[in-house]
Amino acid sequence: MFTDAPSATARFVACVILSFLLISIDHRHQNLSALRAALSLAVYPVQYLVTLPVRMVDATAGNLRSRDALKSENDSLHAENLLLRARTQRYAALEQENRRLRELLDSSPVLGEEVVVADVLAIDANPAARQIVINKGSRHHIYVGQPIADAQGVLGQVIQVGPFSSTAMLISDARHALPVQVNRTGLRAIAVGAGDSDSLLLSFVPTNANVAIGDLVVSSGLDKRFPAGYPVGKVAEVSVVPGEPFARIVVEPAAQLGRSREVLLVWPQAKPSSAPAVAEPATP
Amino acid sequence: MIHRLRWYGAVALSLVVAFALTSVPLPDWASPWRPAWVAIVIIYWCLAIPERIGVLFAWATGLLLDVLHGAILGQHAAGLAFVAYVSVLYHQQVRVFPLVQQSLVIGSLVFVYLGSMLIVYNVLGSKPYSSLYLLGAVTSALLWPWAYIVLRDVRRKTAV
Repeated sequence: MFTDAPSATARFVACVILSFLLISIDHRHQNLSALRAALSLAVYPVQYLVTLPVRMVDATAGNLRSRDALKSENDSLHAENLLLRARTQRYAALEQENRRLRELLDSSPVLGEEVVVADVLAIDANPAARQIVINKGSRHHIYVGQPIADAQGVLGQVIQVGPFSSTAMLISDARHALPVQVNRTGLRAIAVGAGDSDSLLLSFVPTNANVAIGDLVVSSGLDKRFPAGYPVGKVAEVSVVPGEPFARIVVEPAAQLGRSREVLLVWPQAKPSSAPAVAEPATP
Repeated sequence: MIHRLRWYGAVALSLVVAFALTSVPLPDWASPWRPAWVAIVIIYWCLAIPERIGVLFAWATGLLLDVLHGAILGQHAAGLAFVAYVSVLYHQQVRVFPLVQQSLVIGSLVFVYLGSMLIVYNVLGSKPYSSLYLLGAVTSALLWPWAYIVLRDVRRKTAV
C-alpha cells in the first residue's frame, strides 16, 4: 500500500510553475501562436465532429425537399440574381468614375479586394467571449487581423490561425473596437463592442454631433485593417445624459452576429500571389 | 502491449467525447449550466487508475482545453492539474464513498476549479465574466453518478 503522493506533489508543483510561465508569456507577449496552432490541429477534429450532426441534418433536409419548393426557390434566386447583376453593372461604371475622379484629385486609388467564403463551425467554445471558429486556416492564407464579413456587413476579425481552422472575434466583443464613419455626415467615431448583447457603442462622440436614429454606419478604413465602406450597422439609439461630455449612441450591427453560417474572409489588398486554388473569389 | 493500447484508447475516447460535449452549442440560458465535462472525465480516471493517469496527463489535456476555449494557454492546464492532484491524493478515500457523497466531493472540486478559472478570466481579460459560470459545478455534481457508472462500464469492458 504505497501511495505515490510525494511524486504527485512534485509533478503538481512543476505543472503549476510551467502554467504560470505559459500564462505570463501568453498574456504579455502573445508569441505562443505557433504552439497554439500546433495544438489546434489536435482540437480541430473534435470541433469538426461536433458540427457533423448539423451538417447531416442540412444534407438530409436538402435531399428531402419537394420539386415545387426547389423550383420556386430557383425562380426567386433567378430574379434576385438578375437584380444584383443589373446593380453590379451600374457599380462597375461608378467604380470607374470614382477611380478617375480620385486620379484627378491625386488621392490614392481604392485597391481591389479579394473575398473567400468560409463555413462557421457550429460550436460554442466560450460562452462569455464573442468568438466564432471557421474552417479555413493558414493553409488558405488566412492571417491574424483579417477582416470577416457576412452578406450584410462587417462581422469581426481573425485573432488566431491554425493550419485548418481559425478563431475570429466578433465586433460585439467588449475587447473589440473598430473605426467607423457615419455614412450620412462623414462623422468619424470608434465602435466598441458592448459585450453582453449584440450591439455596439460609438465612443467619444460629442453631444452636439449630427447623428440620428437610422443612420448607416460604415467602416472608415482608418485602421488599415478593415476595408473602408463596409456597412457596420444602423444607429438604434441616441441619448444624451446631462453632465456627460459624450453622447451614448447604440449601433445595431448589420451583420448577423452569431447567426451566420457562412462568412466572407476579405483580403483588403491583393492576396499573396502564390495562392494555389484557394477557393472561388466572390468579387465580380 | 494490447492491454496498454486498450486502456489508452478508453481514456482517449472518453476525453474526445468530453471535448465534444464541451463544444456543443447550447442556448444562451443553458450555457452557464454546462457541466465541466473534461474535469469530470479526468477526475474519474484519476480515481480509477491513479498510477497511470495523473497530474501530467491532466495538465496536457488542459492545454488542449485552453486552445478549444480560446483562453490563455496554461489556465485550464493549471486548473485540471490541481483537480487531478487532489483526486490522486485522496483516491483511496473517495473511491469507497457512496455515490451521493462522491457527488458532493466532485461538485466542490469542480467549484474550486471553475472559480479559479473565473478569477483568471477576470484578472487577465478586460471583460468581467458573470459568476453564473460557477453553476457548472452544480450540474457536474448532479451528473457525476451517471458519468461514474458509464465510465466504469467502459473501464470494465476494456479491462483497464
